[in-house]
Amino acid sequence: MTRLLQRPVQHEEAEPVIRLAHVTVRYNSEHVALDDVSFTLQRGERVAVVGPNGAGKSTLFKVIAGILRPTSGSADVYGHAPGGHICIAYVPQRNLVDWSFPVTVADVVMMGRVGKLGLLRWPRRRDWEIVHESLRLVGMEDMADRQIGELSGGQQQRVFIARALAQEAEVLLMDEPFTGLDMPSQEVLFGILDRLRDREVTVMVSTHDLNQAADRFDRIILLNRRLIAMGRAEEVLTEANLLAAYGGQMAMLDTEKGTLVVSDTCCSRGMDDV
Amino acid sequence: MSEWLIEPLRYAFMIRGLAAAVLVGTICAVVGTYVVLRGMAFLGDALAHAILPGVAVAYLLGGGAQGPLFWGGLVAGVGTALGIGAIAREGRIKEDTAIGILFAGMFALGIALISSVRSYTVDLTHFLFGNVLGVSIADLELMAVFGGLVLLLVLAFYKEFLVISFDPILAETLRLPDAFFHHLLLVMLAITIVVSLQTVGIALMVAMLVTPAATAYMLTKRMPVMMALGAVIGSGSGIVGLYASYYMNIASGAAIALTCTILFILVFLFAPGRGLVWQRIRGEDSSRARPTAPVPSE
Repeated sequence: MTRLLQRPVQHEEAEPVIRLAHVTVRYNSEHVALDDVSFTLQRGERVAVVGPNGAGKSTLFKVIAGILRPTSGSADVYGHAPGGHICIAYVPQRNLVDWSFPVTVADVVMMGRVGKLGLLRWPRRRDWEIVHESLRLVGMEDMADRQIGELSGGQQQRVFIARALAQEAEVLLMDEPFTGLDMPSQEVLFGILDRLRDREVTVMVSTHDLNQAADRFDRIILLNRRLIAMGRAEEVLTEANLLAAYGGQMAMLDTEKGTLVVSDTCCSRGMDDV
Repeated sequence: MSEWLIEPLRYAFMIRGLAAAVLVGTICAVVGTYVVLRGMAFLGDALAHAILPGVAVAYLLGGGAQGPLFWGGLVAGVGTALGIGAIAREGRIKEDTAIGILFAGMFALGIALISSVRSYTVDLTHFLFGNVLGVSIADLELMAVFGGLVLLLVLAFYKEFLVISFDPILAETLRLPDAFFHHLLLVMLAITIVVSLQTVGIALMVAMLVTPAATAYMLTKRMPVMMALGAVIGSGSGIVGLYASYYMNIASGAAIALTCTILFILVFLFAPGRGLVWQRIRGEDSSRARPTAPVPSE
């Protein structure tokens, strides 16, 4: 109940956007989802999080979003625990959203304003302006009055990015946004992510497509409960690292020497494009 | 025709009954919108049954007066709602199991209490199936005050309820007090049920909570419209049901619930664009939850 009137914390601008120190998450005190993960991200970075199924990618996002408290270790966003921030946007996997819910595109984007508005306040004209400006930025202003179930997969992702913009998010966490999208839709999404970079929004994206991670992101986090490697593609996606992450499962990667194949049980649509 | 409409209105109890039906139809549809969208139909049905021991105790102590029944039901309803939340949160038992246990236990306790009185079957029938024509002015006042309170809460926390219903993860990242709102919604549901007790009764309560809101859901893509349309459908069903009850001499609660059901079936079949018949005409796959409008390629 104390959370009812809690104010968002101030950012320590000198601190890194995201800093994880020895974060471990155990479910039911048995299953280890994340094991001693530490890293820092700088403002405006675009980072891919890759690893096999069950590697803890969603868990990692939930810790950073402040939805899940780590069993041990600490996560900080701009120098404070993420639970006090309202500047972190989490775009869930598409199959976790009820697309038949009776809300329009503009309604969904307005939900991003709820944190800023506070209790017992209705959206004002300024808020609707922000909503429409956010929709314009993702090229969806013509669809503002559509019911969300009428959109294609790529358009749905764009609406959720617009919601993050309306939220004035400085950290955007996207859980497998490219899964199931065709190539043109993926390109549109990357175009929007480029625009977010201009706004210094820090973006973390989980993906199964290692080539995409290598080509389109500043840095890669290779995860399998432990942080296997983090850095630029050529440092991270080495044979030794991939074997450590995927073990007997499969991943594919085009290198200068040819295609490197490590096996993976994954079913992601992103793999088909390789 | 107009005489046919006016004739029942000569009776004051009929006018009070109609007022009660409109009140209940409106409040149930607005709260029912959340019940439908959040998948809480079973919880609603359970809460309706769980108020019985509270009503019974008030009935035994109050000697049949209506006022105490309201408060007794409210205490039992809110208590059960919070109890279900507490058991489910503790985590060892799934929520629907917790609901089932408390619902049956409370209902049994209510029947046990009432069965200690001699005139038991008549009284139990009133609680189970309602007695809308026995509504007094004082009852109506109580219903209006508490129903109005529920509507005010929906209005005041509209955007918060929308977020926690549509996207609980967003609610968490916006740091909304989601546990508080979840419990508030349960309390509002309990109040709605107690307000509606006399009109439809315990057994048919879920029809008022779910059916008009679900009918409206088939007709709109926006939540405020769903609430308003549901309110019109719910109170309209109340009026039609009462007239049907008057002329056909059938139980009023059942007549109201049946009207709701018939309206739902009609809309389910014939709703423009989304109805089953419409989809068949257009040759669409009716197994899909909702037809998708053609989308321009990106």
